[in-house]
Amino acid sequence: MNQPLLSIRDLKVAFRSGRQSREVLHGVSFDILEGETLAIVGESGSGKSTTAAAIIDLLPGTGTVTSGSIVLTGRDLTKASRGEMERIRGREIGYVPQDPMSNLNPVWSIGFQVKEAVRANGLAQGRREVHDRAVEVLVQAGLSDAARRMHQFPHQFSGGMRQRALIGIGLAADPKLLIADEPTSALDVTVQRVILDHLASLTSDRGTSVLLITHDLGLAAERADRILVMNQGEIVEAGPSAEILTNPQHPYTQRLVAAAPSLASKRIGTTVHASDEPAGTAAPVVEVRDLVKDYSIRTGGLKHERFRAVDEVSFSIPRGKTLALVGESGSGKSTVAKMLLQLEKPTDGEIFIDGEATSTMSRADVFRLRRRMQPVFQDPYGSLDPLRSIGSLIAEPLHVHGIGTREEQHQRSLELLEQVALPQELAWRYPNELSGGQRQRVAIARAIALKPDIVVLDEAVSALDVLVQDQILNLLSDLQRDLGLTYLFITHDLAVVRVAADLVCVMEKGRIVEQGRVDDIFSNPQQEYTRRLLEAIPGASLPLGGVG
Amino acid sequence: MSRPDAHAEHFVAPVDTTSVPVDVVRISAKRSNLWIDAWRDLRRRPLFWISSAFVLLVVIVSLWPGLFTSVAPNNGCSLASSNGGPEEGHPFGFTRQGCDVYSRIIWGTRTSVIVGVLATLISTIVGMAMGAFAGFYGGWLDSLLSRVGDIFFTIPYIIAAIVVMSVMPVRNEIVLAFAIGGFAWASTARIMRAEVLRVKQADFVMGAEAVGLSRFRTLISHVLPNAMAPVIVVATLSLGAAIVAEATLSFLGVGLGGGTMSWGNDISQAQTSIRTAPMALFWPSLALTLTVLAFITLGELLRDAVDPKARAQR
Repeated sequence: MNQPLLSIRDLKVAFRSGRQSREVLHGVSFDILEGETLAIVGESGSGKSTTAAAIIDLLPGTGTVTSGSIVLTGRDLTKASRGEMERIRGREIGYVPQDPMSNLNPVWSIGFQVKEAVRANGLAQGRREVHDRAVEVLVQAGLSDAARRMHQFPHQFSGGMRQRALIGIGLAADPKLLIADEPTSALDVTVQRVILDHLASLTSDRGTSVLLITHDLGLAAERADRILVMNQGEIVEAGPSAEILTNPQHPYTQRLVAAAPSLASKRIGTTVHASDEPAGTAAPVVEVRDLVKDYSIRTGGLKHERFRAVDEVSFSIPRGKTLALVGESGSGKSTVAKMLLQLEKPTDGEIFIDGEATSTMSRADVFRLRRRMQPVFQDPYGSLDPLRSIGSLIAEPLHVHGIGTREEQHQRSLELLEQVALPQELAWRYPNELSGGQRQRVAIARAIALKPDIVVLDEAVSALDVLVQDQILNLLSDLQRDLGLTYLFITHDLAVVRVAADLVCVMEKGRIVEQGRVDDIFSNPQQEYTRRLLEAIPGASLPLGGVG
Repeated sequence: MSRPDAHAEHFVAPVDTTSVPVDVVRISAKRSNLWIDAWRDLRRRPLFWISSAFVLLVVIVSLWPGLFTSVAPNNGCSLASSNGGPEEGHPFGFTRQGCDVYSRIIWGTRTSVIVGVLATLISTIVGMAMGAFAGFYGGWLDSLLSRVGDIFFTIPYIIAAIVVMSVMPVRNEIVLAFAIGGFAWASTARIMRAEVLRVKQADFVMGAEAVGLSRFRTLISHVLPNAMAPVIVVATLSLGAAIVAEATLSFLGVGLGGGTMSWGNDISQAQTSIRTAPMALFWPSLALTLTVLAFITLGELLRDAVDPKARAQR
């Protein structure tokens, strides 16, 4: 039990581009013991996935191991031939990739792909046996009705089912080590919980060691025996999970632990008057009443079927407050945001802004309304036009609404850059010179350029690393305080709701199942669905977020 | 180096005294967007400079042919020097009609360039408009424009141009350019439509609308610039193809009238005496080949330069 299964010593990996070589792992050393689950935690670019890829010799592109050793039960994998590595992959080291959407080949049936893995690992010979073994693999991965599902194609599977199939493939040959690279980050929290529970029971039954790669400290702490924290290609801290969380020593780990939002955290920048004032005394800035949105879906041929994406949603947001719409993918939360932003027409119901109904507004009225209501979208790489300079992107709303002269618009864009804590020199630069968090700052600057009252944040921090997310949440909180902004905060992440919102609406399948003050709902959820969501948050019970 | 050797022990890396700042803004020395990066890539390639220099030369020749030859093209043609070899002042020799080959090539450049540029402009503008409207507005407009495009796609433009040119009473460069460009836009339209559909998905398009930009202004100022790169590549490549088309049509006798100076006409007339005076055929063919090659090389380089993936792999 206490023998190291895999020993990595002083591993260095470099990527070559042209004549230059860039080292991304600077001497990483660790052991994985038999039967243990080890988690590597780090932000994007920390080298955690590169470490995993180096172990199975599948470094992307021009990446090569430049020095160090990877010893699996007495054999150095860095010296293994290509043929040996092919035998080791699958049979001795299983791999579950990150994105279940793109890691199954869409043109082959699930059965074909599982059988391929079974055959490649020499688990069975002969058509009958391979087929039976493949069914067995899927049954073990927890897919109900596996025999029938063998003939189905990846697009007929949900994300969770695909990830189960991939876990089945990864564990098919009963490997000694399973590498799971962010196995559930593309899935909803409730699905993530079920999948990780299943993975844990499978591997503990067989005594498989697991190397879990994740960006989520809470998830790592909940699932792993030990945690390695990586930053910029180096291990900064390693130790038993509980100890890393409760007693982080390295400043980087300390910041990571402090920044990770959890249910135990507090609202960022709580305003004095916010706590006891009952919601609803002040006239609401935004009021949504019985909002309905139907889409018609083509169901083959000329037939159409009605699909209700949003079903009688009602809520209101008092001035200067943040209301979070939270729900899993497909719950209709983004559709509500688009209707509020007047980018989609509601099928039924009404949206009032400062008591004014928006459905009867003329085009000119909607144009004036846009000055008061601005969005920030999720994808920091898609929300800024890559061919426009930062300055012109920030000044564009002013230009569209004809506010000020060119020179004044430019001056204002410089002020706005300062307001979101970016250097003014960036005005002459382009979006692809910036990181995700910096782009999101630019998007925020653009959103507040018109001095709006309402900002709609559609998963605005979901794509960011935890430290950057923390910074952006603080920035949003400061801006709310200084400018008196009202936020509609769309997110799937309840932990973020805890730190960023005053009021919350929990959505499920187009309906609001529960709404109220964040403190009340989190401490005493009334609905089964809300309770399940709260329980599914990884590390829900752990003392993250600077508490304890 | 970092080495957590004992297993359950708590390892802490030596703390760097400099603090770990989060998300620092690194203002690099170089500005960077698609076109700036493409230019940076192109200007390091010798082939880019060679082909651009040649293209520039061709353009200058077509604008001011008088700078390159003192011999007027159809002046002083005398049958006495029919199919004659090179001599003083006439480096490429003479045609069957006794005209100076070099001078005819120089003066014929203008025809090729006019037809090539004009035909490409027509096919690119028509194709871009059709593709952009179809992709951006979708719905019935997309169905209509795409079907029209499909019909034009099935007609080989050379054959269509032959038909048009053989019924036209006037046959000059402009008519020829319309005959070629008017039938060659369908592939540009398809590329444009696909690109617009791709760019349309981006959040910044929705963002532009949320700021208050009209649909049309969003298309013009945000969608089109981001969908232009492949169209520019195709336009460069099709410039070469249009020059070839002009030469082909003239060679077949349905291009420009016999009186117009054109490489196609020259090749056509020189083929009758290919055995006695092969060089009269060779020189205009060489001019045609080099010009087309320069445009195609430029297009290929541009294609690689605007595709960041291809750029990273080199």
